[in-house]
Amino acid sequence: MMIRRATLGLALGAMLIGGQAIAGSVKIGVSAPKSGPQAGAAGAVYWPTIELWAENVNKAGGIDVGGEMMTVELVEYDDKSAPEEAVKNIQRLATQDKVDFLAAPYSTGINLATAPLIAKAGYPQIVATGNLNDLEPFVQKWPNTFWLLGRATDLSTGIVGTLSEMRDAGEIGNKVALVHVADAFGLEMMAGGKPALEAAGFEIVYETSYPLGTQDLAPVISGAKEAGPDAFVAYSYPPDSFALTEQAQVQGFNAKVFYVGVGGALSGFGQRFGDAVEGVMAMGGVNPEDPAYEAFRKEHIELTGVEPDYWANPVVYASMEILKQAIERVGSLDREAVIAEIQGGTFETVIGEVSFDNNIVGQVWNVGQWHDGVFHGINAKGIEPAAEPFVKPAWPN
Amino acid sequence: MTRSEGLTLFTAAAAFAALAALPFVTEGFYLTLAVNMALYIALCTAWTLFSGPTHLVSLATAAFFGIGTYSVAIGIEILPFPLLILCGGVAGALFAALVGAATLRVSGAYFVIFTLGLAELTRQVVAYLQTKVFGSMGLFVLTDHGEGDLFRYLLGLIAAIFLVGWLIGRARLGFAMRVIGNDEVVARHFGIEVARSKVILFMVSGAFIAMVGAIMAPRYAYIEPQSAFNPTMSFLVVIMALLGGTRRLWGPLVGVVPFTIVADFISANFPDHFNVIIGLAFLAVVYLLKDGVTGAIEQALGRRRRAASVTGEGRA
Repeated sequence: MMIRRATLGLALGAMLIGGQAIAGSVKIGVSAPKSGPQAGAAGAVYWPTIELWAENVNKAGGIDVGGEMMTVELVEYDDKSAPEEAVKNIQRLATQDKVDFLAAPYSTGINLATAPLIAKAGYPQIVATGNLNDLEPFVQKWPNTFWLLGRATDLSTGIVGTLSEMRDAGEIGNKVALVHVADAFGLEMMAGGKPALEAAGFEIVYETSYPLGTQDLAPVISGAKEAGPDAFVAYSYPPDSFALTEQAQVQGFNAKVFYVGVGGALSGFGQRFGDAVEGVMAMGGVNPEDPAYEAFRKEHIELTGVEPDYWANPVVYASMEILKQAIERVGSLDREAVIAEIQGGTFETVIGEVSFDNNIVGQVWNVGQWHDGVFHGINAKGIEPAAEPFVKPAWPN
Repeated sequence: MTRSEGLTLFTAAAAFAALAALPFVTEGFYLTLAVNMALYIALCTAWTLFSGPTHLVSLATAAFFGIGTYSVAIGIEILPFPLLILCGGVAGALFAALVGAATLRVSGAYFVIFTLGLAELTRQVVAYLQTKVFGSMGLFVLTDHGEGDLFRYLLGLIAAIFLVGWLIGRARLGFAMRVIGNDEVVARHFGIEVARSKVILFMVSGAFIAMVGAIMAPRYAYIEPQSAFNPTMSFLVVIMALLGGTRRLWGPLVGVVPFTIVADFISANFPDHFNVIIGLAFLAVVYLLKDGVTGAIEQALGRRRRAASVTGEGRA
């Protein structure tokens, strides 16, 4: 009982200290899901990466603010995956905790819902986990928002570029099977991807959708197999990306290109399928041989115990790197000046050199492909791809 | 109107007037907290209008809320915002009429499951329509309405909900609902048109919930099906309303206010353990406060009254 009381006292004491500003520190507010439907995803690609960044900055002595080294202090809240909670958190961070800067919240919807408040408080908002087809009206209204995942159309049409490249090289034919999850994301991807495929002269021999959360994807794969396509393109979510790949393997569906959407760039995806993952394509990507990414990967595993993926984790990390570099170049915590610096500057990050054009990033990794157990970015906008696409070998079994 | 009713009305009016001045006092965090509180007070009270007397737990809150939000999202370029709130209410009422006419014959657990499915169905239909008709997944609602404006709109709506609830309680409909809630068979024998009464009340409740959704649309800024039709909201409304107690119109009020404050304290100080603590708290409420806070208050008052009458008899 005594011990318990003592630990409680310690915890309370730590809380009180944590609540006060330590002199010479930069307070960074973080509001993202720790509970609710998005908590699992945020726990994998968002939280550990933000913590790693703070740890790395502090290990190196802090942020150089006009000659004074200031350590980073994170102030974290759970937004419960709900916009009203996120709005409240941002208000609390801005007016109660009076943080110096913010990490952008998690997911498209919540970034958009909190944008007016973040703009009012004058913080830069470097969105690493959300995008849209139609970003211009947003950027116009809130010029403090920066979009590090680019436009949704970049992502949906990236695979079309890869397919065209392979067709022109004579590696594949013209027939595409196109499937998507019948949800906001899948529909948005279809809105960009399908017209692009048609414009590029591909023949869509099979098209279907499946509801979000479906367990049985066997009919989708058997339908696609019957149509005999050269390429299989699925705008899918993590659970279905896994399930589609598994079904294709079970049914021996060997298209020359096998592409799945979100989730295919996860390290866990590669581990789950082992040797069979060779040649599978998916949304996202990075240059895995870039020394910056290699170092990031190693530290991420060492510090957080979580293996980062080949897409979202590095982008989240890059968003914080950009913030730090902008503060250092400005040499003060003047938010307006930092926003101006992000708008015009070029930044060295774990995903390569990054700059913004009208607040939308000019460098986006769109498609990657598994090779030797590593996911290589093969289609990108504004960056040299890390590898050339190749025809997927047949499933091993 | 009796004297005590007049007094209540006066106190309520004074309280609303005082609250309406809040945006002048604070612009930041406390105003946002107040908006969240007002949001759930409006939702829970509107929910109780129907679910209180009928004892039918509805999980369709998110469906009505989303319909209101979408009414604003679709019309924001064409019509002024206050008019859109009314449009949202009309849309919510129509939807409730349609759904109610078809399903209020279903009762008990079946009704709960049905309403849960309804919210999901609506979300899917809207998602489908949005891609096929509007060509994109989300709609922007870019307005200049700040937190202070939303707070005043919500306050006005809460006043309207209380007024309507009070009027219903005094009207034949309110009496009919109390009878139906206690025993439907008896109500039918009385000659009460059970189905029609339920549908009317469902429409009133649905219209108000949709209007709450409409008012909140500018805060979302970008309306997409997942955020507009959030199932968590349906559950939170039930939890808060039950905490307050659904026997009185003001029951949800005494549930929402402490719930919001405690939930906020927990999420600010123990962000990693929110669900565990809330879960334990909810268990405690269910075990210790069976009829909610209002039930506990009334029980305490009743005990005192009984005690007083007993001693009175002793003297005589």
